Amino acid sequence: MASQPRSSKGINRRQFLATSARLSCAVALAGGGIATIASSQQLAPQAIRPPGALTEQAFLSACVRCGLCVEACPYDTLKLARWFEGAPTGTPWFEARKVPCEMCDDIPCIKACPSGALEQTLTNIDQAKMGIAVLIDETNCLNFKGLRCDVCYRVCPLIDNAITLERSRNERSGHHALFIPVVNPDSCTGCGKCEHACVLDEAAIKVLPPQIALGKPAAHDSYIDTENTTLEMLNKGFEL
Amino acid sequence: MSTAKVNKARFAEDAIRELGWWKAHRFLLLRRAAQLGLLALFAIGPLWGLWLLKGNLSSSLLLDTIPMADPLVTLQLLTSGHVPEASLLLGAAIIGGFYALMGGRVFCSWVCPVNMVTDLAAYLRRRFALPRTPELPRSLRYFMLALVLLLPIVTGVAAWEWLNPVPVLYRAVLFGAGAGLGLLVAIFLADLLIVERLWCSHLCPSGALFALLGKLSPLKMTAVNARDCNNCMDCFAVCPERQVLKGALKGASPVITDSDCTLCGRCIDVCAKRVFTYKNRFTFQDNSLPNSHRIATKAENEQ
Repeated sequence: MASQPRSSKGINRRQFLATSARLSCAVALAGGGIATIASSQQLAPQAIRPPGALTEQAFLSACVRCGLCVEACPYDTLKLARWFEGAPTGTPWFEARKVPCEMCDDIPCIKACPSGALEQTLTNIDQAKMGIAVLIDETNCLNFKGLRCDVCYRVCPLIDNAITLERSRNERSGHHALFIPVVNPDSCTGCGKCEHACVLDEAAIKVLPPQIALGKPAAHDSYIDTENTTLEMLNKGFEL
Repeated sequence: MSTAKVNKARFAEDAIRELGWWKAHRFLLLRRAAQLGLLALFAIGPLWGLWLLKGNLSSSLLLDTIPMADPLVTLQLLTSGHVPEASLLLGAAIIGGFYALMGGRVFCSWVCPVNMVTDLAAYLRRRFALPRTPELPRSLRYFMLALVLLLPIVTGVAAWEWLNPVPVLYRAVLFGAGAGLGLLVAIFLADLLIVERLWCSHLCPSGALFALLGKLSPLKMTAVNARDCNNCMDCFAVCPERQVLKGALKGASPVITDSDCTLCGRCIDVCAKRVFTYKNRFTFQDNSLPNSHRIATKAENEQ
């Protein structure tokens, strides 16, 4: 009886291998399900990451979902995603139409991030690329109707830089001007103040993630950077 | 068999009579106080602006200076190929070191909020004497741990964090993400109806990692008075990892060295004979002779 525990507890190699194989299969099956669902969770087009966020795939491998950035945000802009809510569970995001980013000079959300999901190298909030504003509905935008709404332009933290008003002739009246808000994608930080302030029931200007908002020229196209193309480069051929 | 059933006393009746109700529940109450107290320390920040602790169990900051991080999520970042900031690595080392010293799965029984849910399910199973459930190998959790660390390699993202129930309650309280609580309901029902102690004692990869961390811990539950054991089986009924008890009560060493033990202290609570206590296993001297009491090999399966 004294040796009973040892022998009753011991299992032979065949049992061990069989159990291990069974458990591995079960766990692999579960893993396939988790991986499928987890990787099918896409960021909604209107969900904006905090400033300095890595590209989405890298962000999801880096973010520990601790909410320190959310607690650091003084304007309650950021929130942690709930289940099936526009961003993968527990990751930080915001909706510009509800609460836009106020672009704090000291960027407390980045300072709070322990994981590197928000890049500490971003120290000037004007360099942030949370998204890019796009005046998406020219039909309902009041400025396109010839009115001087201008609200998106006025609220832009980088006024006359990220959004400018371009004057053109109002063909409808024949003798008035149109003041068309134009977004400069190079300067726009994607803070969402314009979308938040748009007076329409549904905003005519929306912040979209850069990969949706921007086109991308083919790598072989020689007109990529026409401003810096010199005659010498044309004669010698491009280094691509 | 029938007489045994007729004579079967209410659970832990002897201990309550011998020690009094409070003392027979002291570690249960202390653990609930610890679990809810820590949650409260986190919650007074967002609720009242008293920022003692920021973040949640995944990663946090104590008094704006000391970083803490969950070792499991940190390992997932590393296997996904991301190199986190030094503060996260330091935080994971602090937490990992703390639990390695304090006994590993102390996290499960004294900190983890899921424990309250699964303990409730276990209580209801005991209270209403629900029928036995199928046995599952408890090593399953180590396969789960391997899976959780492999998923970031395959998918490139910390996939487990999408499902991980450990931060769910904290997120619900601190960040208003209440929808995740459905996951805790699912765990409760699975524990209650499918397999007894299914989540915490069979599946949870966090528990598996903390168990590994606690392998070398000095703090161990010890059956110092094993010879007084009267085989009432109350400790077996209440223990979430009852396979660890047999060796201590009838085996060669009274120290429960198996790191599956969560050090919850319920065996101390429910024992009228004061068999168990916490001991430092490196300084503990076993003066008792091997006890003559024997527990039937199959007895731990009785519900």
